[in-house]
Amino acid sequence: MTDFAVGIAGVETIDHDVAHVHVHEHEHEHEHDEPAGIYKWLTSTDHKVIGLSYTITSLVMFVIGGFLAELIRIQLTSPNATFVSFAEYNQLFTMHGSLMIYLFVGPFAFGGLANIIVPLQIGAPDMAFPRLNALSYWLYLSGSITMLLGFVVAGGAADFGWVGYAPLSNAIYSPGAGADLWIAALLLTGFSAIFTGVNLCATIFYLRAPGMTMFRMPIFTWNMLATGILILLAFPVLTAGLIMLYCDRHFGTHIFTVQGGGVPVLWQHIFWFWGHPEVYILALPFFGVVTEVIAAFSKKPVFGYKGMVFATITIAALSLGVWAHHMFTTGVVLLPFFSIMSLLIAVPTGIKFFNWIGTMWGGHVRFTAAMLFAIGFLVTFLIGGLTGIYLASPPLDFFTHDTYFVVAHFHSVVLALVMGGMAGLYYWGPKITGYLLDERLGKIQFWLFFIGANVMVMPQYELGLLGMPRRVASYIHDPEWATLNQWATVGAVMMGVSTIFFLVNIVYSWKRYPAGDNPWDAQTLEWFTTSPPPHHNYYALPPIRSERPTWDYHHPDARSLVHGTSHDAAHPEAAT
Amino acid sequence: MKVEAKLLLALGLFFFLMGVAYWFWSHENAGSLMLVASGGLGFLPGSYYLWWSNRMRERASDRDDATIAEGAGVVETFPGSSIWPFTLGMGAFCIALALVFGTWFGIPAAGLVIWALLGAVNESRRGGAEQPSHHA
Repeated sequence: MTDFAVGIAGVETIDHDVAHVHVHEHEHEHEHDEPAGIYKWLTSTDHKVIGLSYTITSLVMFVIGGFLAELIRIQLTSPNATFVSFAEYNQLFTMHGSLMIYLFVGPFAFGGLANIIVPLQIGAPDMAFPRLNALSYWLYLSGSITMLLGFVVAGGAADFGWVGYAPLSNAIYSPGAGADLWIAALLLTGFSAIFTGVNLCATIFYLRAPGMTMFRMPIFTWNMLATGILILLAFPVLTAGLIMLYCDRHFGTHIFTVQGGGVPVLWQHIFWFWGHPEVYILALPFFGVVTEVIAAFSKKPVFGYKGMVFATITIAALSLGVWAHHMFTTGVVLLPFFSIMSLLIAVPTGIKFFNWIGTMWGGHVRFTAAMLFAIGFLVTFLIGGLTGIYLASPPLDFFTHDTYFVVAHFHSVVLALVMGGMAGLYYWGPKITGYLLDERLGKIQFWLFFIGANVMVMPQYELGLLGMPRRVASYIHDPEWATLNQWATVGAVMMGVSTIFFLVNIVYSWKRYPAGDNPWDAQTLEWFTTSPPPHHNYYALPPIRSERPTWDYHHPDARSLVHGTSHDAAHPEAAT
Repeated sequence: MKVEAKLLLALGLFFFLMGVAYWFWSHENAGSLMLVASGGLGFLPGSYYLWWSNRMRERASDRDDATIAEGAGVVETFPGSSIWPFTLGMGAFCIALALVFGTWFGIPAAGLVIWALLGAVNESRRGGAEQPSHHA
């Protein structure tokens, strides 16, 4: 291994006060002896390579999880279909949820996008702990393989739902290797997430470029800091719970079983103490993505920057106090406390919505594929958020709990997050690869996905209100639900076709449209470097005088107001 | 560093107060403990940052008038390519498989983990890179 000491070599040029960053290698002063090919992939500690590995692996999980969803939807097209058996159906919805939640949305956000973008946005040469970062990826990949192994063992994959409720998940009701593989997979990916959380926080606290104060960090980086903190608070709890569950299954403990004096509902407390912050671990990164995308494609600074930051922190803080709104119907939780806390989260989320609209307001809005996905996120997340307010009210939750209303609410939220992720890929893809994705195919993908998502969830809201329970493979006694279910299947198929367009786009656009350093005339620091960035990210850094230094550099006549108390002596005109 | 400290301390205080309020209202043990412990996870690093922020000069990344040139010198030492994270990851993979398919998987697991830890420590013990001898 060669260590690299990365340093800033001082101001090189007088023109524009750009400082040049030089990479000094420990042993070989002028050459990189980094390996190539598959050995590069196995040994790289570069955050961009690791982030890309994360992105690709998580997209593979997305495709597999989506395929399982299509199988679920095929089964539900008629009241008593026999496309899959009931036992297989249980495995399908468990693994669909597990793949999407544990192996796609989260790792895609904090392992993929954030891993690549956060160091670039704050002018850092890499993540703070590059080898730990690489270990995170290998734990994530092996955890993903472990979970998928469930499909090839006797007895099949885990089948107790992605929440693994006790006592259903114990050794009596869920014997077999599938359940254990599920637990082992979550232990691996849990540690992977914790290490990434450590890396995100340490990188943001310690590796910001000179002048990149906390209140000049891009909103995406702020959101990833909040996400990192939430990961560190929530994931150890899940890991502890999984170890307890494993002990119950194999070592004769009775932590979650009544017979030995255990408490089954304790699993729910532990699981949801991780599980609800997890919803924000999934959501906050994409709040950050759409903030960046909307600002870039409206050619305006983020409206209400500090309001956005405080809304993010408030959401993160409140998210730890809402776990038992998933447990209202257990009858053993403090309803008013969790209802109040859950309803309060609507306030900072509402602030974000107003700020997103404020950012677009009066701007030169360009409806690129990324911007369309960001707007699709706003609309779909708003629907998911508003129905979440209903569910935060115990009387309404009693009526809709465990029905398709909850399924629809949750899918509105997470499908919005997928749109946020796609916005991120279309926006930052050129920075990562050096090439743009095809806009026309991207727009077709967006409309198919956006319409498909809502065609799927709207009938599900109605089905929930009609009383259709979730996690059933048959509704033979209520055949009138078939039409709505068929519409939901149409929506799911549209999203499947949309994903095919995405994959086609990647192949079609492969090295077709060179991007240049800043194809969108975007504002934040990552657009100052080359596309793709060099080994330690920057050859040169511009002066950082606001949260959008690249814009300030390229548009000296339209610089941002200087943030902070002291004035920029080098650019007195900047404050005008 | 002060902003970081305040952020973590504020979060810790909020979780702690929420935990106390929740305990007196609900008398539910698990959630109260998890909330108060979360408060500790805010206080622990937050107080560390606060302690340091009172004893160190403001970093260039904390000052809004800092120029890039003020960061001249070594930013940090970063490792180059390394096989040990992969080796350690595969060791952890074998541990996970040992939980499911039998303890015999623990043998390759132990071998890989020990090999990786020795390798990684050996890789690091030179103390990282030297200071660059010149500036361009």
